[in-house]
Amino acid sequence: MSLELRDIHKHFGAVRANDGVSLTVAEGSLHGLLGENGAGKSTLMKVLSGFYQADSGDIVLDGSHLRLGSPDDAIAAGIGMLHQDPLVFLPFSVLDNFLLASPGSAVLDRRSARREVRALRDRFGFSFDLDAPARTLTVGERQQVEITRLLWLGARVLILDEPTTGISADQRNLLFATLRELAAGGMIVIFVSHKLEEIEEICEDVTVMRQGSVVGSATMPVPPEDLVAMMFGEPIEITERTGVPLGDPLLAIDDVTFEERLTRLEHLDLHVQRGEVIGLAGMGGSGQRTFLRGIAGLVSTSDGRITLGDTDVSRRGYRDRLDAGIQYLPAGRLEEGLVHGLTLTEHFILADRRSSGFFIDREAARDAARRRIEEYSIKGTDASTAESLSGGNQQRLLLAMLPDDVEVLLMEHPTRGLDIESADWVWTQLLERRQGGTAIIFASADLDELLRYSDRILVFFSGAVFAELDASATNVDQIGHLIGGRRSESMPGGGT
Amino acid sequence: MTPRSGEDVPGVRKAAVATVPLLVALGVAALLVLLVGENPIEAFRLILQGSLGSADKLSDTAMVWVPLTLAAAGLVITFAAGLWNIGVEGQIALGAIGAALVAREVAAPPIILVPLTLVVGVLFGIVWALFAGALKTYGKVNEIFGGLGLDFVATGLTIYLIIGPWARPGIASTSGTEPFPKDAWLPSLGSTRFSPLAVALTILAVIGVWVLLRGTRFGLKLKAVGKNSHSSYLLGIPTNRYMLGAFALCGALAGLAGAIQATGFHYKLVPSSSGGYGFLGILVVLLAGFRAAYVAPISAFFAIVAVGSISLTLRLDVDSALGAVLTGILVLFALLGTGVRSYRERKRSSTAPRAGPTEAPPVSAEQLG
Repeated sequence: MSLELRDIHKHFGAVRANDGVSLTVAEGSLHGLLGENGAGKSTLMKVLSGFYQADSGDIVLDGSHLRLGSPDDAIAAGIGMLHQDPLVFLPFSVLDNFLLASPGSAVLDRRSARREVRALRDRFGFSFDLDAPARTLTVGERQQVEITRLLWLGARVLILDEPTTGISADQRNLLFATLRELAAGGMIVIFVSHKLEEIEEICEDVTVMRQGSVVGSATMPVPPEDLVAMMFGEPIEITERTGVPLGDPLLAIDDVTFEERLTRLEHLDLHVQRGEVIGLAGMGGSGQRTFLRGIAGLVSTSDGRITLGDTDVSRRGYRDRLDAGIQYLPAGRLEEGLVHGLTLTEHFILADRRSSGFFIDREAARDAARRRIEEYSIKGTDASTAESLSGGNQQRLLLAMLPDDVEVLLMEHPTRGLDIESADWVWTQLLERRQGGTAIIFASADLDELLRYSDRILVFFSGAVFAELDASATNVDQIGHLIGGRRSESMPGGGT
Repeated sequence: MTPRSGEDVPGVRKAAVATVPLLVALGVAALLVLLVGENPIEAFRLILQGSLGSADKLSDTAMVWVPLTLAAAGLVITFAAGLWNIGVEGQIALGAIGAALVAREVAAPPIILVPLTLVVGVLFGIVWALFAGALKTYGKVNEIFGGLGLDFVATGLTIYLIIGPWARPGIASTSGTEPFPKDAWLPSLGSTRFSPLAVALTILAVIGVWVLLRGTRFGLKLKAVGKNSHSSYLLGIPTNRYMLGAFALCGALAGLAGAIQATGFHYKLVPSSSGGYGFLGILVVLLAGFRAAYVAPISAFFAIVAVGSISLTLRLDVDSALGAVLTGILVLFALLGTGVRSYRERKRSSTAPRAGPTEAPPVSAEQLG
């Protein structure tokens, strides 16, 4: 068995996510696909798994050309993909999640499905409970469910997209063992990651992508420097944090409790000064988002006090806090930040909360939009729609829509999915605002980003602030341990 | 692989989108007439003659066009806000009740009475729409279910009034109340029903809606709420208030339609005062691609077919239901046309990857102009 992708092209509007990608993977191999965020890895794998249809190019499995119109077609051909966020149907039980996607007769054969699934589960040492509601599973368990499901459906090619994000160290070890066993059994496993160490640890061959193209491939082991050179091309100067003397106290959070659905953050204390940057670390769902949304006023403050300057804003709603200068930029740029179908001009009109005339001066609005587009070098025109922009340009647009006088800026994953140049640009903007006295609180899954730009780092673990660190006195290892809920001996106490 | 958005489609293509289904539907209707052994050309001629052929018929057609266009114009606003205001029928009925209340209970010269009937009709429509809006925004009741429920309540209320407090003396009849005093009648031209005031108000309403959605901050925010209420909220738009505003505006136009129905067409309160124009208005808006400017001509077409097909039965051996069949076929083909177009556009442009399970925009969102 061998898998071959030939000259795959996939464009999203003006963005060439895949620009003529070819890739060959042999039977029984654990193949790494390495590249920065936005290099085109996920797009390529979504093409291979039928989620997207390529604009042109061929997929050849075992010598036969595949036409994959949907993920269903792909799994029927033996290609299964484990997505970054496992596509588990939350309201159902685990077993029902299996039956949901099972082909065949209209009558569900629960008994034999249960037997087969249990056998697979036990073979790999997975621990999920078949009758538990899927929503109670951790990310790692959902992943195990999904892998088991793909194997149960007969996958011979297994694609894993950044599978180690948000899972514990034990789950990661189990996952790697499973992948090795599957490859040894003759399957093709494609392991997508932007983390060099993982690729080094588990993969036998590696293909490196950059900006939508394959820039190299090699058989492991390869010196890491070579891989880095391939990933990034010319080394890019990263804007470093410059020491800014912190200003007056700005935001005070005293013994506050935020409650949002299942998450409850209790007894939070944080004092932030002007110009300070606070990084929030932790696995997805550990409470960072609730924390940010709580400060923004999107989650009610059920206890304690939040003061901005001299004003108590604890009982104020989202819009009042917005007027007071507390701005929140969510992670889902197009889903929560921008409006699909509206033009850039219209976005700037909406964002300008100070103009209140009933009629819109279209010409003035267009001119203002053009100025902003140029100032923030957004690749698009005043008449482009938000969704036609690439992720990086969407983030630029969101930043361009911010008013000049922001007191506290709350951001989720400010550079997620951006190429390194856009990410650097975003931080240049943010650091400029910081010079102007804005305090920034941001959540990120990228430990380097947290360390590079934060003054202080709060580590969240299972719905609580687990540790508070001085960013200049810690390192990736320490944060990594804390994120997993482990305090190493050398750690100063911390916490709240 | 040129990316394409709705805005880039040239005017010719837009016009084609509107006319091709129309032609296909006419063709299918012609086939049906042929099947029952009559001449389709003759049938269409009769429809035109029966709706536009005389001053009386022309004015009847105009007075069907008025409520239909008003309801549709109002629905353009609620659709822009991403809302399916199924309650529009009830809002029309309440407008008629409001007008009837004034016409029956207030004695004043026409110069005061007529505007008062319309204003109270508008207010009743607004109140009824705000019920649906409040259920939606504060009660988390889907506006389709809330609206449908309120439609039934409105019908019940109308019938209760007709056979109860406002019953004609001596007769328990559901045919309607006593005719209103003449002073409350909408002034019309000569002996026809044609009311220049009603037509003028309708034209103003369409222009108003067009301007509102095209050139105002309110309209832009409404569209933003309709396309993505989550983002809109984070951008600082009070989304609930805007949704209620959309309901109120639609209710106002629907109430006006109901008031005009009562005081300018039936001259009394009848059980089905909405005449189905609310539901028909939804179809008009779908056909118009959610654009205010197209609402007037499409409503005119519906009015012509509705009024004209009555004469089919009289002159040909064709049931007047052909009119309804024609309307139905037209709507089906038009929706099919829209579906085919958006499918082809999706195929052609790669800008929009498949919507994941979490992003399901309201049905109307993509076509909103």
